[in-house]
Amino acid sequence: MTDEPAPESSAHTRRTVLKSTAAAAAGTVVASHHTSVASAETAHTGGARTRVTLSVNGERHRIAIEPRVTLLDALRDRLGLTGTKKGCDRGECGACTVLADGERIKSCLTLAVMRQGAEITTVEGLTRGDDLHPVQEAFIRHDAFQCGACTPGQIMSAVACIDEGHAGSEAEIREWMSGNLCRCAAYQNIVAAVADAAEEGRR
Amino acid sequence: MSRATTESLTATGGGRVGDSPQRPDGNLKVRGEFAYSSDLWHEDMLWGATLRSPHPHARIRGLDVGPALAVPGVYAVLTHSDVPGENLYGLEHPDQPVLAGDVVRYQGEPVAIVAADHPETARRAAARVRVDYEVLEPVTDAETALRADAPVLHPTNPDGNLVRHVRIRHGDPAPAADVVVSGEYTVGMQDQAFLGPESGLAVPAEDGGVDLYVATQWLHADQRQVARALGLPAERVRLHLAGVGGAFGAREDLSMQVHACMLALRTGKPVKIVYGREESFFGHVHRHPAVLRYEHGATRDGDLVYVRAEMILDGGAYASTTAAVTGNAATLGAGPYRVPNVHVDCYGVYTNNPPCGAMRGFGAVQACFAYESQMDKLAAALGMSEVDVRVRNAVEQGSVMPTGQVVDSAAPVAELLALVRDRPMPPAPSAPYDLRELPGGVSNTTHGEGVVRGVGYGVGVKNVGFSEGFDDYSTARVRLEVVGGEPVASVHTAAAEVGQGLVTLKAQIARTELGVERVVILPPDTSVGSAGSSSASRQSYVTGGAVRAACEEVRAAVLARAGAGAGLAGGKVVSAGGDVLADLVEVLGGEPVERTVEWRHRPTEALDPSTGKGFAHVQYAFAAHRAVVDVDVELGLVRVVELACAQDVGRAMNPDAVLGQIQGGSAQGLGLAVMEEIQVVDGVVRNPSFTDYLIPTVLDMPTMPIDVLEYADPHAPYGLRGVGEPPTLSSTPAIVAAIRAATGRALTRAPVRPEHIVG
Repeated sequence: MTDEPAPESSAHTRRTVLKSTAAAAAGTVVASHHTSVASAETAHTGGARTRVTLSVNGERHRIAIEPRVTLLDALRDRLGLTGTKKGCDRGECGACTVLADGERIKSCLTLAVMRQGAEITTVEGLTRGDDLHPVQEAFIRHDAFQCGACTPGQIMSAVACIDEGHAGSEAEIREWMSGNLCRCAAYQNIVAAVADAAEEGRR
Repeated sequence: MSRATTESLTATGGGRVGDSPQRPDGNLKVRGEFAYSSDLWHEDMLWGATLRSPHPHARIRGLDVGPALAVPGVYAVLTHSDVPGENLYGLEHPDQPVLAGDVVRYQGEPVAIVAADHPETARRAAARVRVDYEVLEPVTDAETALRADAPVLHPTNPDGNLVRHVRIRHGDPAPAADVVVSGEYTVGMQDQAFLGPESGLAVPAEDGGVDLYVATQWLHADQRQVARALGLPAERVRLHLAGVGGAFGAREDLSMQVHACMLALRTGKPVKIVYGREESFFGHVHRHPAVLRYEHGATRDGDLVYVRAEMILDGGAYASTTAAVTGNAATLGAGPYRVPNVHVDCYGVYTNNPPCGAMRGFGAVQACFAYESQMDKLAAALGMSEVDVRVRNAVEQGSVMPTGQVVDSAAPVAELLALVRDRPMPPAPSAPYDLRELPGGVSNTTHGEGVVRGVGYGVGVKNVGFSEGFDDYSTARVRLEVVGGEPVASVHTAAAEVGQGLVTLKAQIARTELGVERVVILPPDTSVGSAGSSSASRQSYVTGGAVRAACEEVRAAVLARAGAGAGLAGGKVVSAGGDVLADLVEVLGGEPVERTVEWRHRPTEALDPSTGKGFAHVQYAFAAHRAVVDVDVELGLVRVVELACAQDVGRAMNPDAVLGQIQGGSAQGLGLAVMEEIQVVDGVVRNPSFTDYLIPTVLDMPTMPIDVLEYADPHAPYGLRGVGEPPTLSSTPAIVAAIRAATGRALTRAPVRPEHIVG
């Protein structure tokens, strides 16, 4: 179990994706009438925090968060799982689709505190080591994406769509994948990839 | 954990020009490990937020940032007086403030920016900036804006609210025709609606400069504008391409770039800015709404005699690329037809509506909707079929365009039309209906009694690359060396991969030209010369041309070093007959060969200001569609049953990518035909969300039978022709024509709404 420290200091310093540059060192404050010195210890929004345990991709994470934090923000900003995308933050686009106990949900429309005890699977949790999930492989095989911003959501939705038994025909796949927008409109290839992966699962 | 964007992509698994190898970034994308700009993170970073004007037009009488600064967790609150350099930017014409000074000219214009230790803190603090607005009457109608008594939005503009007027004068000014048809058409404001909103991370650097990691279409255009606003030399503003979640024109202008850099330089900390979906609707330019008045004259036999057109494009509050969009709409305004007499006046106009600029199709979309609607009207007036009247007048190689430019490569317009016409028709709907197949799908409350089928056609012409004398070039650095006992080519350009598959194509070209298997694609940044924009369907042509040219120079150097051979293949130096002469690994040894090439397509010319004459476009591209629709004429609902497309691509460099572009472009045209419009009332956007601004879902986008022709353009690298935009043009008029056929309604406006069908 990963026990993360409560964010008494800055809540967002856990990860360094880009190499730190010298000038980016903490503590540089420019004096100006438009600049205030802010304490890093300040609770930025003043809300009370709750300790929650999230089980994500088989790993348990104990974090302290405000009750109003969405599962999506908890995954991306607290656990560093940025594979799940924020396309609209209000359930319109499907880019944030994850599985909760095997059921697909839009992680922007649920609060992290509501998902204690649930087994969450994100796109990062589909692979087994270097091995891709059959749906991920099918998406590559069928070139089922261009920019790829909707792809994690499409893939999670497709995994559930197949598990639900809603991938029996092209019409059925279209109906049950219609909650995931793709602006590049790789839809024809997405449908083919889902059908292919479903077929593979039946073999 | 997200990956840094500064990693190279290694392309293996083969794939030369003409193949469809796997995308080298595909594995990362399906794993969720591809680092989009919104995924970047830096230790100790701050979050930026933007305060925007709620008014489309107002004078700013006062600004008080005190209440925002008082919010715990806030590090900086900046306004126009903090802009270190020039507080103006713009792609073609710097007229847009980084932060508004004395006046705001559109709803959503940035007024103040905040850096704080949490995004919500930044957002709340921004809301506490006190702005004293004196609300002014907005100018929201483009034709009103052109009147002499209209308030002038940019007092320094010599032409009042006119951004550009393009005249095309071709042939007889007063021609006579047997049959005349006319109409007024309007096109709504379309949004690019990419899935990954604007975002980036600015990191202050030791030299007083800044490194900006951002999703953009054109790193060097951003660099030029950001440096100017920051008052820094360009070499201290280094841009790095972060993962791009779609573009479609919306990332050609700046959004958060200068803001993040200003906050980073002021606080000395990395600053990340990510727009939400609503903010994204205000954060980028849109497709120009247009009013288009056309008159076509023809002989009784159906030969076009003349086209007269007046087009008014609403550019909104700032110029962006309005001038170039106006040029495109005008020069391509007669369509892919031979017309001896053409008279076009096209106006790009300032208003207090949201700024408009680049979107896939770039001016050619609006014109195509109008001239194709006219061609259907003409067919009806002549008693001819819609396809026959188009084929009869179709341009071909050797035809003269209204600008006087001769079409000097393949223009198989007639063949494209015949291909879509001759496709078998999809089966007619019949009871009992599968609800999913009715217009409106499972929400259709009827049993299909009111469903009528219609068929429509469209064909369009788009220019490829930047036109009108623009110095359009790209830069490629190619290196060939031995790594781990194997020859490896690395390719470095600043060209933005936006999903179109340019990273795949660059590796294909290097493999083809250098005969190596392993290709490393270096991350795009400003440490190499400009590649120009990932727009205008131009990157395969221009950056593809640059990569090929650099590969050719590398190859020549290797062959000179080998002292023999005519080419490279399979990791060997080979003779003209294919005999192996030497091993590439041995020839290279420990000394890499590297060449950097700046490559230009043949020059184009500016338009004559009074006649619009000139060799303005480097290449024309054509696509045709046939749309089959079912319309519930009682409910006003439309289902596009099938959308067939035929397009000439010169050479299919990557056939899978070509099909993807045709599907994607056609889908955005479908969106414009039946659902997509930013509704602006009195300068205020009414629908900035995906609940109220609809884009096609998998249920809206039908099966697409596609024919791809490959008539090589001798002027272009590998004979290729730009692919991404032409299908966006003709899809819209084909679908609207099909709805007209089903309903008998005139339907002069895109998008068609239910009330236009039943009202």
